[in-house]
Amino acid sequence: MPKQKIVLIGNGMAGIRAIEEILKRKPDAFDITVFGTEPYPNYNRIQLSKVLQGDTDVQDITLNEWQWYEDNNIRLYPGETVIEIDKKNQFVLTDKDRKEPYDKLIIATGSNPFMLPLPGADKEGVTAFRDIKDCEMMMDYSKKYKKAAVIGGGLLGLEAARGLLNLGMEVDVIHIADYLMERQLDRDAGNLLKQELEKQGMNFLLEKQTVEITGRNHVTGLRFKDGSKIKADLVVMAVGIKPNVALAKEHEIPVNRGIVVNDHMETEVPNIYAVGECAEHRQMVYGLVAPLYEQGQALAKHICDQADEGYKGSVLSTQLKVSGVDVFSTGKILDDESTKAIKMYDDWRGIYQKVLVEEGKITGAVLFGDTKDGNKLLSLIKKGADVEEYLESGQTEESGVDLVASMSDDELICGCNGVSKGAIVEAINNQGLTTVEQVKGCTNASRSCGTCKSLVSDLLECTLGDEYSADQKETICSCTTLSRDEVIEEIKEKGLTHVREVMNVLGWKTEEGCSKCKPAINYYLGMINPSEYEDERESRFVNERLHANIQNNGTYSVVPRMYGGVTNSNDLRKIADVADKYEVGMIKVTGGQRIDLLGVKKEDLPNIWADLDMPSGHAYAKSVRTVKTCVGENFCRFGTQDSIGMGIDIEKKFEGLYTPHKVKMGVSACPRNCAEGGIKDVGVLGLDGAWEVHVGGNGGTDLRQAELLFKVKTQEEVLEMVGAFLQYYRESANYLERTSAWVERVGIEHVREVLSDKETRDELNERMDEALAAVQEPWSEAVKNETLLKELYEKVNVPTGSN
Amino acid sequence: MEKMVQRVPIGKLSEFPERLGKTVNVGSKEIAVFKLGSGKIHAIENSCPHKGGVLAEGMVSGEHVFCPMHDWKISVIDGNVQEPDEGCVQTFKVEIENDQVYVLV
Ligand code: SRM
Ligand SMILES: Cc1cc2nc3c(=O)[nH]c(=O)nc-3n(C[C@H](O)[C@H](O)[C@H](O)COP(=O)(O)OP(=O)(O)OC[C@H]3O[C@@H](n4cnc5c(N)ncnc54)[C@H](O)[C@@H]3O)c2cc1C
Ligand code: SF4
Ligand code: FES
Repeated sequence: MPKQKIVLIGNGMAGIRAIEEILKRKPDAFDITVFGTEPYPNYNRIQLSKVLQGDTDVQDITLNEWQWYEDNNIRLYPGETVIEIDKKNQFVLTDKDRKEPYDKLIIATGSNPFMLPLPGADKEGVTAFRDIKDCEMMMDYSKKYKKAAVIGGGLLGLEAARGLLNLGMEVDVIHIADYLMERQLDRDAGNLLKQELEKQGMNFLLEKQTVEITGRNHVTGLRFKDGSKIKADLVVMAVGIKPNVALAKEHEIPVNRGIVVNDHMETEVPNIYAVGECAEHRQMVYGLVAPLYEQGQALAKHICDQADEGYKGSVLSTQLKVSGVDVFSTGKILDDESTKAIKMYDDWRGIYQKVLVEEGKITGAVLFGDTKDGNKLLSLIKKGADVEEYLESGQTEESGVDLVASMSDDELICGCNGVSKGAIVEAINNQGLTTVEQVKGCTNASRSCGTCKSLVSDLLECTLGDEYSADQKETICSCTTLSRDEVIEEIKEKGLTHVREVMNVLGWKTEEGCSKCKPAINYYLGMINPSEYEDERESRFVNERLHANIQNNGTYSVVPRMYGGVTNSNDLRKIADVADKYEVGMIKVTGGQRIDLLGVKKEDLPNIWADLDMPSGHAYAKSVRTVKTCVGENFCRFGTQDSIGMGIDIEKKFEGLYTPHKVKMGVSACPRNCAEGGIKDVGVLGLDGAWEVHVGGNGGTDLRQAELLFKVKTQEEVLEMVGAFLQYYRESANYLERTSAWVERVGIEHVREVLSDKETRDELNERMDEALAAVQEPWSEAVKNETLLKELYEKVNVPTGSN
Repeated sequence: MEKMVQRVPIGKLSEFPERLGKTVNVGSKEIAVFKLGSGKIHAIENSCPHKGGVLAEGMVSGEHVFCPMHDWKISVIDGNVQEPDEGCVQTFKVEIENDQVYVLV
């Protein structure tokens, strides 16, 4: 019997998922052809927000590689649009004059962004936010222009706005309602959201109706109904979507708002199905992926002749993918006479939670600031649970692993793809899965928006126990299949001594590695064998090769060391003289309690260092940076210890030490913590008769509070603890992993346990001393090394003739 | 106007450091000259198509240089920016006679 022919119109998320569901059931039963207007394989549209926000790249959001189509014998025609459906003779026709007969036709044409029909909407610089092309256009514009306006304060608009902010633009968000995301949030949550986003730098114009987009060819601004105006070089319209039903309508396939389908996703025309955002089921048209995937299953079962009661509609939940903002809502969101609400409002920490109850059952929830309970609530609503079940489960401060352990099997882990805890645990056990990637591949969990990744990881840990972390394999970079630990193991075992040797012997896929693995291996080699390893400057990032920080225009900055932030008139005079002599661009006090000379020409660096005759502050290196100090007992009325002395001792001892990532420290002499030890890699706190050592803090990208490691009595003990801690970090962290991420990963209890043992501490400090003995002062070294001067700091200048 | 190609001496082959770049100013032109692990010399425009990063200071791996500003990967052979990024930089011919390196500008 010849195979049945399936034709899919629309190479998007819903259509391809339906095909996957079919292949899962009957891998070889059909001959499949796919047409897609966009010139890419199926990609994860959801992730466009993250691409725009700079968290991922376009090529990383492909869901089905070209190879997948080939492997499954699917004929894909990318960049080709279906323009006709002949229902009677069962074939379709494309814009490239291709005629393709079908036995079953699936329409999955998605939606089109809704463009407000304003005067000027066709000007250059006006775009929607729907596909890769739009995303690329915005990224492009951000390089050339400054001011963006986003029309629409819903999910999509806010995600676009956050992306444009990240791209360095100023962003106005124009919204017609009086609070944000009014379709997903209530007023309280909407207002909190606005406050938070304003803090992030967004500017809001609420209750504003745009009436015109101004400009000649290119947009220059917006005009509103109240007569006011703003400037804009880029206008993003994110006011909604409409189902893309033109093709169906033209060929008389019944359409209401979307293409009308029954519970099996059949249209009213025989052998034609519709799925995804273009379909209307029981008067509902969906705009999120979770329902589309459920529809895909129903469709696949029907096409594969499996008995099924069909698709019954979905309970939706939404999350906003903007970093630093946790918002979740599901089901009913607004209170009315029939609802009772369980509410929690913590204005101080910015947390708001509302659970709506009708006749004893949970029917909706809005969470802001703390969304841990989101998935739990969603599954309770889905199964029509009584409110008691929610209240009994308690909103405890559980760790991630405890949390997933306490979930019932039918609770959802991945909301987008509807994957329950039970399904994941079963896959882990039956198929021997050990990584998040594998779980993603086998169950689809975390394959869409990715917010449940940490839950999946927790679930792996809770199912596999200790095996889990042991089996996690993160390779150093794409040049190798080996993990950091394996590489270090091999270096030690085989006695490898050069970066290129490591790559050769361990079968690197690239000839000379890349910008990720070269510096990493260079660091590991030096860490393993400090006294013998010769640092490879060609494996160093420019800053660490030249011992100065490169700036955006190719000049450099010079930060001399100023131990503990203490200076003297002599050093200040030298700095001032150097600044004059070499005409530096700016003298600036840094956030690290020292002075920065900015805008220095590369050729001048060695001379400046020679004139300064001060040690390098290593402000450019993955190494020990600064030790900030507070005034302390010598002057301050609250001071209990000599914080300055302690800080200088620490800085003098560890200066110049290379570490996996930079290490910043602070010493204060009372709990007021003026040197900000709470956000330092190592924060030392002097108390009456004692010192506390806090570790793992970070004041940068991912703000994290340092945790108390030990409380000790003497300054010597502080140095001993800090030494042991830093050495343990140097030996166990991944390259480019800050102490904050590392402590978070291995747990402060673990670090404390290891360092509690005096013998271990002594060994660590011994190896630390060996490493410190190998440290050389880079500036004075460069100044006297003729080859270095010539090879690294000299430019070749050839004057040309008269032409 | 016809463009004249000049052959400009820029230094001794043995004096170029391996797997590193060097900035060479020829008149008002700024060129990044690399000596690869293979010992071959290549010359490209010293300005990254992304935001003008100084390529001569980039990390050299095989036949590619990674821009020191935002890590774009660029071929020093044909000047092409590698995926996922796009663009290209001008390349210059290099000639070596005895130990003397010339660039054709
Ligand atoms: C000079 C200084 C800003 C200032 O004028 O005050 C500075 C300048 C740079 N910082 Fe910083 N940071 C400076 C204090 C800070 C601080 C505050 C502090 O140290 O007290 C922080 C947050 C605290 C922290 O790190 O926990 C900080 C968090 C960062 C981060 C984010 C690190 C993180 O783990 O999240 C980066 C990016 C990185 O390292 O990957 C960064 C990277 C940079 C670089 C090196 C960017 C680069 O790679 O080119 C900047 C060099 C600018 C230039 O053109 O020279 N800078 N940077 C400060 C130098 C302090 C010093 O004396 O050494
Ligand atoms: C920036 C952004 C963020 C989002 N974030 C989320 C989120 O966090 N969570 C969530 O659940 N959802 C999110 N969504 C929505 C989600 O992406 C969509 O619901 C989903 O992609 C819809 O799938 P679909 O297959 O129905 O349509 P699409 O993915 O749009 O696929 C339809 C495809 O069909 C093609 N096509 C149309 N007509 C033809 C024709 N005649 N011939 C050939 N091809 C044709 C189109 O070019 C398109 O490629 C987001 C959407 C965007 C744009
Ligand atoms: S100095 Fe630091 S905060 Fe300022 S722009 Fe550079 S990296 Fe960002
Ligand atoms: S300037 Fe070269 S990567 Fe940005």
